[in-house]
Amino acid sequence: MKPFAYTRPGSAAEAVREVAVEPGAVFLAGGTNLVDHLKLGVARPDLVVDVRTLTSREITDLPDGGLRLGAASTNSEVTADRRVRERYPVLAQALLAGATGQLRNAATTGGNPLQRTRCVYFQDVTTRCNKREPGSGCSAVGGYTRYHAVLGVGSAMPDPTAPETCIATHPSDMAVALTALDAQVQVLGPAGERTIPFGELHRLPGDHPSRDTVLEHGELITAVDLPPLPSGARSAYRKVRDRASYAFALVSVAAVVAGEDVRIALGGMAHRPWRATRAEALLTGGPLTEHAVAHAMEVELTAAQPQPGLEGGNGFKIPLATRTVVATLRDLTAEALR
Amino acid sequence: MTDLLQPRAIGQGLVRRDGEAKVRGTATYAYETPVDHPAYAHPVQAAIARGRVTRIDTSAAEALDGVLAVLTHENAERLASTEDRELAVLQSPEVAFRGQLVGVVLAETSELARQGADLVRVSFAEEEHDSELTVDHPALYKPDKVNPSFETDTAEGDVAAAMATAHATVEQTYSTAMVHNNPLEPHASTALWEPGAQVPLTLWDSTQGVHPDRAAVCEVFGLDEEQVRVICPYVGGGFGSKGTPHANVMLVVLAARALPGRPVKLALTRQQMFFLAGYRTPTIQRMQVAADRTGRLQAIAIDVVEQTSRIKEFAEQTGTPTRMMYAAPNRRTTHRLAPLDVPVPSWFRAPGECPGMFGPEVALDELAEALGLDPVELRIRNDPEVDPETGKPWSSRHLVECLREGAERFGWADRPPARHRDGDWFVGTGVASSVYPTMRQATSDALVRFEEGRYVVEIGAADLGTGAWTVLPQIAADALDVPVDDVEVRIGDTRLPQASVAGGSSGTNTWGSAITVAAREFRGKFGAEPRDGDEVTGSVDQAAKDTEHAAYAFGAQFAEVRVHADTGELRVPRLYGVFAAGRIINPRTARSQFIGGMTMGLSMALHENSVWDPRIGQVANHDLAEYHITVNADVGDVQAYWLDEHDPYVNAMGSKGIGEIGITGTAAAVVNAVHRATGIRVRDLPVTLDKVLGGLP
Repeated sequence: MKPFAYTRPGSAAEAVREVAVEPGAVFLAGGTNLVDHLKLGVARPDLVVDVRTLTSREITDLPDGGLRLGAASTNSEVTADRRVRERYPVLAQALLAGATGQLRNAATTGGNPLQRTRCVYFQDVTTRCNKREPGSGCSAVGGYTRYHAVLGVGSAMPDPTAPETCIATHPSDMAVALTALDAQVQVLGPAGERTIPFGELHRLPGDHPSRDTVLEHGELITAVDLPPLPSGARSAYRKVRDRASYAFALVSVAAVVAGEDVRIALGGMAHRPWRATRAEALLTGGPLTEHAVAHAMEVELTAAQPQPGLEGGNGFKIPLATRTVVATLRDLTAEALR
Repeated sequence: MTDLLQPRAIGQGLVRRDGEAKVRGTATYAYETPVDHPAYAHPVQAAIARGRVTRIDTSAAEALDGVLAVLTHENAERLASTEDRELAVLQSPEVAFRGQLVGVVLAETSELARQGADLVRVSFAEEEHDSELTVDHPALYKPDKVNPSFETDTAEGDVAAAMATAHATVEQTYSTAMVHNNPLEPHASTALWEPGAQVPLTLWDSTQGVHPDRAAVCEVFGLDEEQVRVICPYVGGGFGSKGTPHANVMLVVLAARALPGRPVKLALTRQQMFFLAGYRTPTIQRMQVAADRTGRLQAIAIDVVEQTSRIKEFAEQTGTPTRMMYAAPNRRTTHRLAPLDVPVPSWFRAPGECPGMFGPEVALDELAEALGLDPVELRIRNDPEVDPETGKPWSSRHLVECLREGAERFGWADRPPARHRDGDWFVGTGVASSVYPTMRQATSDALVRFEEGRYVVEIGAADLGTGAWTVLPQIAADALDVPVDDVEVRIGDTRLPQASVAGGSSGTNTWGSAITVAAREFRGKFGAEPRDGDEVTGSVDQAAKDTEHAAYAFGAQFAEVRVHADTGELRVPRLYGVFAAGRIINPRTARSQFIGGMTMGLSMALHENSVWDPRIGQVANHDLAEYHITVNADVGDVQAYWLDEHDPYVNAMGSKGIGEIGITGTAAAVVNAVHRATGIRVRDLPVTLDKVLGGLP
């Protein structure tokens, strides 16, 4: 733990300016992830800029029939919003599947998707981690990989000494739902405002596993927009985990079925929420039979790389993901028939 | 035979005397003790699993404004005894396991202490380490005894011959995971060293026994017992991990002695608890069971492999329940230990019985299946008339009654067929037996004094959430033949008469016996109309002690498990236990003990798993986000019932101890139900969805 300065600027623009000029500055919103990392020594900022009251906490209707979630709205508030529950059940279910009541009361729309990828070695400063200390190596490869990625990693057992190696997964349930919903992220940065499609917010480790998102230093999420879903659309979130509550996903599925259109996003599978575009392409327009869905998922997961490791590794995620998608779409389809 | 107390207050479900203070937050725990001008300690830990500290640079920490001292093996005082190497803190540069204490920073605030600890630069000479338990580890050895003083191996008859000729046999290997106790209140203390004072050391410590705690501190620091006072009115859980002090206690005392006159506070972080506060060894249990055509056991054998640390032996007595549980003419139990570069294993709720009722109780289920016999009936058929190990009669044994009542309450006879499917879920039911020995410690004194119209009972007992604050007055009231409201009991301080550890489910049996002796002597001496200040001290060793009987509590647990047909997710909507545990002193606190034990058993079955990373030599998932403990959403209808058991041989209360039996057998019942639901036999704990997924349609 190291001391840091703390400020509460008067506006979002001011907060952005403060962070932009200080390389060691971070934004603080709900703090449910950052504060842990401060205590663990994983995050060692010089300046913490509190933005909790600087962005909107409102959930407002958009002219196109969508919703705008102010960045400061809490996970609990979004879950409780009737419009969200009625129009975007996948999001309400994902939020309710995350963390605990206490954490959901603190976590925000802007902060939740920006929690860091999860890995026990990332969280332990006595171990090597390319994300925490670029170039130091990856302790997770061949270690405790139960919660780690099978998609977006080049191989089973990538080189643990290579500086780009990282097999962590992104833990946000909300982000998986927002990926399936084609949400838009409103960002305020030193260079002004921009909009990022939610599916492009998070990144694979690539050559820089220390970077979880495409946000530049000083960029602040001010809102997340949910586009309208076609009428008759149905959506659901299914999270499979090791205990009934308060556990990260082994595999999760956010699914939207709207007429001929099928959208599938997977959690717990990769360094970012994973949009199953190949499966979607195969399923769009066709009947959603169990066989068809299972086949589409097989294609989607062709490139999956099970990571060996302690307790048998994480190869089980591959059949589990397929089974969970099949079950989720089966339930959505059955719902439609009722 | 013991002269049993006439139960009047005993048997009443009185509310916890300490409940209101705890709910209001006014109960003071060790770390919160209000003291003047405290200093705070934060440990520095080894980042290698084996080797030596070659250099410790404390200059940056010492330069920090507010840091008071940095202690390492180079400048810490030499301890009077370093025989217990777990407790010999900061005495040598040697590192015997990752996370071992190599320094401590003392500062004006806890934040500064933590920051200072971060600034201590430690260099190590790392050696090859070996921290992985395997069934054929080359260094396996036979310990002289297993805990606390049982034979390491036992054998009667010829197991191999019986296995070769029996009608049905099961030969399988089962394993239980490394688990950490994880009480809600961390291991925490406040210590004050005042060299000139009559009692120079005052230690507020979260402990399961102030007197044993004091004895350990005195041994390590070469102090007389009169020089040390240990205080502990409340404990936020221990589950065995506070039954004997760990290195953190010695560290805080060491720190306090380096800062005379200033109280020093030390609380381990949750992460540090995974290195420093004990844990249950993983166990590997090779089982052999054999039965004749009618289901009568011909042989039962368990060969246990488990681990200990290289610096201190801890031999979990996993094989002991196999010695006495069922009637089989041929029996064998063995224990072998691998000495590893790992933290020191220690007591965990129902040491021995908890892991040791997993392999055998699953093997019996497999045997019942092989025989085509109901697993309840198999257990009933093998209920021994006397203790197979000693030949002694039971003080009381009502396992059969527990099985029958449990089956009745659970609806066992009408249970769904194997692989029954209800919507998206496969449903199965399972049964297992529970057992825990009835123990009484050799040493405990209680004082009874008449004070302003009330009876004050003093004994240095501990209440780690178990109910001692509440049940000891009930025992005293009946022993004195007065209303319970006329009795005040004071516990948790070495200024009070010496008391044994709250461990081995022996607290109530031991302290209650001492209180009964004192109360009876008080009445004998002062009659029914005592004067103010009349007092008597009684000792447990004066209480009637039966050695002619084998004394155990028994139970039966029934689980309903649901396994999701798509995902393999596991749920336990029902868990019923029926126990025969002697007379229940307080049904309210007893129920809490039973269902608490069962819930912890459920947690062992489905969740708890300290995932050991042998590459670096530590638990990979060392916090409560990643180390899963069963949460409320996992706990369904958990019911505990008990028989009205009358046991005249155990003690004056007729009580057997209830703190641990609830955790024994639970995991086996769950595993057996998973098998019934899915046809999949999981033999290594915990049962997680990946272990069943491949076997689902």
